[in-house]
Amino acid sequence: MSGREQMPEGVKIGLEIHCQLTALRTKLFCACSSDYRDREPNELVCPVCFGVPGTLPVLNEKAVEYALRIAIALGCEVAERTSFYRKNYFYPDLPKNFQISQYDKAGGVAIASGGSVQLGKKQIRVRRIQLEEDPGKLTYEGTIDKSAYSLVDYNRAGIALVEIVTEPDFESAREAKQFLEKLRETVEALGVSDGELEGAMRCDANVSTRGGARVEVKNISSFKEVEKALSYEILRQSTFSGTDAAAQAETRHWDERRSITIALRMKEGEQDYRYFPEPDLPMLTISREYLQRVQRTMPEVAEVRAERYRREYGLTAQSAREVARDPLLAAFFEEVVDLHARPSEVANWLTGEFRGDLRRLLDEKRRKAMADDLAELLGMLDSERVTRVHAREIFRDMIATGKKPAQLARGEKVGVVMDESSISLVVERVLRGSDVAEKAKKDQKAFNYLVGQVLKLEPRADARAVAKTIARRIRHG
Amino acid sequence: MDTIAPSLAETVRKIQSKEMSCEEHITSRVARIPRMDREIHAFLHVAGERAVERAREIDRKASRGEKLGRLAGIAIAVKDNICVRGMPATCASKILDGFMPPYDATVIQRIEAEDGIIVGKTNMDEFAMGNTTQASAFGPTKNPWDLERVPGGSSGGSAAAVSGGMVTLALGTDTGGSVRCPASFCSVLGLKPTYGAVSRYGVIPYANSLEQVGPFARRVDDLALLFDVISGHDPRDSTSVPDTKPSGDHRHGVKGLRVGLVKEFFGEGTQAGVREKVLDASRTFEELGATVGETRIASMDYALAAYYIVAMAEASSNLSRYDGVRYGASLERGTADWNAAFAKTRTECFGPEVKRRILLGGYVLSAGYYEAYYLKAQSARSLLRKEFERAFRSYDLLLGPTMPVLPPKIGEKVSPLEEYMIDVNTVPANLVGIPSMSVPVGFSSGLPVGMQLMAPHFGERLLFEAARAYEGPGSPEAED
Repeated sequence: MSGREQMPEGVKIGLEIHCQLTALRTKLFCACSSDYRDREPNELVCPVCFGVPGTLPVLNEKAVEYALRIAIALGCEVAERTSFYRKNYFYPDLPKNFQISQYDKAGGVAIASGGSVQLGKKQIRVRRIQLEEDPGKLTYEGTIDKSAYSLVDYNRAGIALVEIVTEPDFESAREAKQFLEKLRETVEALGVSDGELEGAMRCDANVSTRGGARVEVKNISSFKEVEKALSYEILRQSTFSGTDAAAQAETRHWDERRSITIALRMKEGEQDYRYFPEPDLPMLTISREYLQRVQRTMPEVAEVRAERYRREYGLTAQSAREVARDPLLAAFFEEVVDLHARPSEVANWLTGEFRGDLRRLLDEKRRKAMADDLAELLGMLDSERVTRVHAREIFRDMIATGKKPAQLARGEKVGVVMDESSISLVVERVLRGSDVAEKAKKDQKAFNYLVGQVLKLEPRADARAVAKTIARRIRHG
Repeated sequence: MDTIAPSLAETVRKIQSKEMSCEEHITSRVARIPRMDREIHAFLHVAGERAVERAREIDRKASRGEKLGRLAGIAIAVKDNICVRGMPATCASKILDGFMPPYDATVIQRIEAEDGIIVGKTNMDEFAMGNTTQASAFGPTKNPWDLERVPGGSSGGSAAAVSGGMVTLALGTDTGGSVRCPASFCSVLGLKPTYGAVSRYGVIPYANSLEQVGPFARRVDDLALLFDVISGHDPRDSTSVPDTKPSGDHRHGVKGLRVGLVKEFFGEGTQAGVREKVLDASRTFEELGATVGETRIASMDYALAAYYIVAMAEASSNLSRYDGVRYGASLERGTADWNAAFAKTRTECFGPEVKRRILLGGYVLSAGYYEAYYLKAQSARSLLRKEFERAFRSYDLLLGPTMPVLPPKIGEKVSPLEEYMIDVNTVPANLVGIPSMSVPVGFSSGLPVGMQLMAPHFGERLLFEAARAYEGPGSPEAED
């Protein structure tokens, strides 16, 4: 726990995380595309996920495999036989007014249970993991408590979710946030979910302070919000502790815009969802052979991979984590390293300013060619055929256009400009157009600025030679 | 009705060889339905134009010399809880007013792939909850044998349409006897197939774990043919079983067959005339060479209670989706208070029997009652399954009256419980999942009586063979 944080004692937080299996191409029980973001409302629906009478669910087998990857990564016990249950409640975002989910009571068995995650020295226990369908999405006019009507979009209805429930093992908002970040890295490394997509990972939290009543905070739509929402709720509860307004068992809604939690409904005992086994889906048997096959073929988890990068390639902890986090980036890294001997150099190129573009534009098809190209570029850099600044430009163009580095460097004289006369010409041009020369005599920042301006005009110029030339020029007027 | 009617195969042959025009044949069939149905009210929707259009296609197919399907030109009626694209599907409920399913049920696809012609949708008890077809939001169907009496239910419209000669074949659904009861009351054949034998995709559910689509016909061969067409594995229904070889040897007649009279099927509520007719039928089996003995299923006592608990529990959840947001009736829109809007639509558009079952179903699933009711009912179900398995070790077929009573009068005052009681002989087959069939065995006081035959899982062929033997060569007239 950081010293900066003023966490009261006796805080207990349990999390319920809903993680969309975004790597799936179709929904959990029908063949609709699961790529629902940025689509027109109600565009991705079929009779099954729209709940048209007479339709029946058919389980997406890949969803089971992905849920099992998560279960294995979190050290859970996987059930040999598991079944689906109907969770009955009326809500307009549920096309059937029940959700097909799982249940671990009354004869029900969740797909996996009893795992744990190491958070520093602390162990966070995972109570259970289950598969379920995402509801649709409601849009309110104004705020949830004052809206005159609501609109519903069923594109999200039926998206496969894995629900991960922890024991109330967190003692601060920060711990909860750390756990969620780690979980996100894990599911990304497993190749089952991209936690950076909006709404792909959401969480509800149960919060209590000093043995007070348990309050459920819902609608935390991103991990950025988790720490804020929990800190607010802890503060709210401890402020009113011992007064008439003390925390009561209730459900509260995190209002992101106003950054407060608002009361939704009192919990009078547990809400009765009238769970019963889904009669349209037979019991699912998970054979040990199948489980072993999933385990054998699943990708390495980020954490394990990061550790390997530190050990084998001598990357710093930070850099290893950054590279290992994303399976595609990690695969790319290994391919480039195979072609080029300096892993830390490669890691720098992958984690800096280009990370976002690489993640966006790099796909399985381009990966191999791109690895060859980057290795070639780094070779050019090592043999001083291009400057670092020039290489960066070339790399940027490579990502955007898919062209070869040699091709991009052509047209200009490939290589590094070292001779003083050529550099002086450019330096003169820069100094003429600038009034910072005087300032640069004393100010390192201004000096660096001038170097940068020169490199912009002549990317092939050697930076050390440029600095030397400028220094001489401003000193001697 | 013609006295000597051609078989279905004969009709198909004539259309194939262009001796007969499918278009003319269907046009005349469809045209006479409204006249024949004026008193009976078997149909909720007659799709005349669509049927004739299909018939033309079949004629064109025959002209091109393509081989026609096994149901070419055969008029088929479909219960209104089975989805047919382009026809309404109301389940005889106001809440599905205006609902047009955007897809065909698997059974419909299979019938149309064999060139069968769907001529319309038939009346039923609302959401298949009932055994008289009086619980239809659109008025009752009458029994063609006595217009003052009910046709049975819930597939009363389909049974009456076949019995009244309006169609050759019909589909119903059977959740606790809804095919067999009206078959018995209307003196036609009706089959409840093995659970999982026929796809439920496109069947608007009442109780998913119990129901199956089942055929109605006047002749055993026709019934068997329609069953053969609609059955088989469907990847869209996870409870449909992978295709297997039908069990039971292919046999002719019932010689040497062991038939068990289940004592509990002749319980104290059984009317004397019904008992007599069914016992007569069992003697016919003996004369045909079967051995008839008596057996017991002691846990039959729990069957009714178990059935109604499971069925109502599933129904309460299945019927939640009718809230007026996405399809069907909607009495209040454009409000943020969706709870009130849902309540208004559901209060005004569901009939009293449907509401009763939703309430009871919600109750048995509630926290604290789930174990006492729902789980108990499931235990009773396994107990019953074991007892039937045991009985089938000694007997090939089990026999009893389909309904313990003769068809009641329309409007006769009975309590819901009394109405539930007459399902006592039909619900076990649904709880256990075995195939069961109602076969007409004559009349008592001028009213039809049916016997129920039950076979082990996937023993449909045995049922057909026994019914065929009973039917004899002088089969009841069929017409096409």
